[in-house]
Amino acid sequence: MSLVVAQGLTKTYRAGDVEVPAIKGANFVIEPASFVAFVGPSGSGKSTLLNLIGCLDHPTSGKLTVLGTDISTLDRRSAADFRGRNIGFIFQDFNLVPVLTAYENIEYPLIMVQEWPAAKRREQVMRLLKAVGMESQADKRPDQMSGGQKQRVAVARALVSNAKMVLADEPTANLDHDTAHKIIDLMKQMRDEFGTTFIFSTHDPKIMAAAETNFTLEDGRVLSQLNHAGAAHA
Amino acid sequence: MLDVLKIAGRNLSRYRRRTMLTLLLIIIGMVAVLLFISVTGSFKAMMVGQITDSVLGHLEVHRKGYVASIDMLPLNLNMKPGAVAKVEAALQQNPAVETWSPRVKFGGMFSNFTETTSIRINGVDPTREAATAPLLPGRMAEGPKGVALVERGQIVIPLLLARGMKVKVGDTAVIVATNRDGSVNGKTFVIRSVTEAISGPGGRDGYMHIDDARELLRMKDAEVSEIAIRLKNPAQLDRVASSLGEALGATKGPAPNPPAGAASAGAGPGSGQPLLEVHTWADLSPFASLARMIDLMTVFIKVVLVSIVLVSVMNVMVMAVYERIREIGTIAAIGTRPSRILSLFLAEGLLLGVIGTALGTVLSLAAIYAINLWQPHFAFGQQSDLVMAPTIAVGQVVTVALLVVGVAILASLQPAWKASRLDPITALRHV
Repeated sequence: MSLVVAQGLTKTYRAGDVEVPAIKGANFVIEPASFVAFVGPSGSGKSTLLNLIGCLDHPTSGKLTVLGTDISTLDRRSAADFRGRNIGFIFQDFNLVPVLTAYENIEYPLIMVQEWPAAKRREQVMRLLKAVGMESQADKRPDQMSGGQKQRVAVARALVSNAKMVLADEPTANLDHDTAHKIIDLMKQMRDEFGTTFIFSTHDPKIMAAAETNFTLEDGRVLSQLNHAGAAHA
Repeated sequence: MLDVLKIAGRNLSRYRRRTMLTLLLIIIGMVAVLLFISVTGSFKAMMVGQITDSVLGHLEVHRKGYVASIDMLPLNLNMKPGAVAKVEAALQQNPAVETWSPRVKFGGMFSNFTETTSIRINGVDPTREAATAPLLPGRMAEGPKGVALVERGQIVIPLLLARGMKVKVGDTAVIVATNRDGSVNGKTFVIRSVTEAISGPGGRDGYMHIDDARELLRMKDAEVSEIAIRLKNPAQLDRVASSLGEALGATKGPAPNPPAGAASAGAGPGSGQPLLEVHTWADLSPFASLARMIDLMTVFIKVVLVSIVLVSVMNVMVMAVYERIREIGTIAAIGTRPSRILSLFLAEGLLLGVIGTALGTVLSLAAIYAINLWQPHFAFGQQSDLVMAPTIAVGQVVTVALLVVGVAILASLQPAWKASRLDPITALRHV
């Protein structure tokens, strides 16, 4: 079963009396355990599409199925539950909780969203800390970490509740070249290790090059789908 | 829940100065309220105690209409022996009653053989009066203190009268009184002691033995003007007054204002209005309004406390939500339910309330303890050198603490609700 299926997907915002179409009849399919990027200039609809796939917004028309669920049927609470169970998020500005340590930031979804028991929580957090190479930085707070370290913690937080897909909005935009490469490699490694689908919205050529599928957007339309030969995950 | 509280605690600690300021306001409010309650409460208890334990007793039973015309001390509204027996039977059956004292009250003339003036006199059983108003024997300005109040042939007079008439302990005086039939009688008494000027109604009355009073008034029956009652626990005043009123309600007379000399006015149920009335000390003393004023001020200062907590906590929580909009967007995006976000912010308000209350309570109790060590003195009415010994009941501390915590949660509700309703996309875009 495909992970994400969009059919004639549209999203229109209202600004007073003016209707602003953000997505215009998008059709695409994303398969499980893939590494996918939505690319395009600012205002092309990348973030809107990510918000729709992430169940943060509802389509105006068309159909969007995520993990077999028509997201139009989800209300505020069930959408939150759905996200908590299935979707991880990585943000351009990392968006870690400043008063919590790296360990606690990763643990946060397990406490506030899924309410895991303490022992199981600890085991999972330690596994993720190790996976992203941050076990020695577990007690550091965000203001004591570099940008790359923060994004590693953000990757671990996105994966900690065994999300089936991770949505990453410009995850390398605030990182230097080398760090960005390392983070992309890390995410790919996580995809390989956990079988999680990574979906990006990006301008970053490094991510485009690493993605197995690039959907190019322009003015709310999916113009093309480029599959990198030999890059597809088995 | 503990995890949520832990995160809430961390969130409060990130704005340390603001949190400390809010806590300080709550603590100051708590200390002010608890100190006020304890100091005014002990002052009120002392004031009420002086009035009830020196003169009035906690409750008084009169024949209906007596209190309305108490300035006249009407002898025709005395209780007859039958009614007195019924009252005493009701008092004996009431476990809340410690003791009681029957009194014969009348107005007369006091003469030192050269001058004459008016005097109000209580004819009392000295033993029962001392048990009902235990402070009275100790409140003698001149003469024996703390022993039997009065013996037959003796009279206790108030200080003002003693000064005015230039008499002293051991002097002889004549009391002249008019009985209910209008005939006049006089009797010579030795001045046993002189009372201090006692605050409250009856505080400037004289005392003689009840048998002397009856003899002077030529009473054929053992009539009683009033029965003063002392309770085991004054806090039960209203409940006992009510139950006693119900118990005595069955005692009815033939008419609301029986004419003088009506023989049947004494005892037994009749078809008229209730024959007897029960009054609390508060009904009889103007100082009750002072006590009510203290209660009113306590309510007022609690309202001030509520306002302080409400405004300070709401302010800090509104700011917390405003400054953390992106963070709220993030936790909402990763799947935190709106109810969980609500509980997180409510937990912050709860922590502010609980910590402020705990510290405020500790400081208040320490301050109350310090005042008790210091023992400041003050005056009430004619009495000086009273020691202020503030105390506070556990129930009052708990009430104020629950009030503060409840208001802190209430103040967090609106900001917490707002946080829980934030749209994640809008919140994530917030700069």
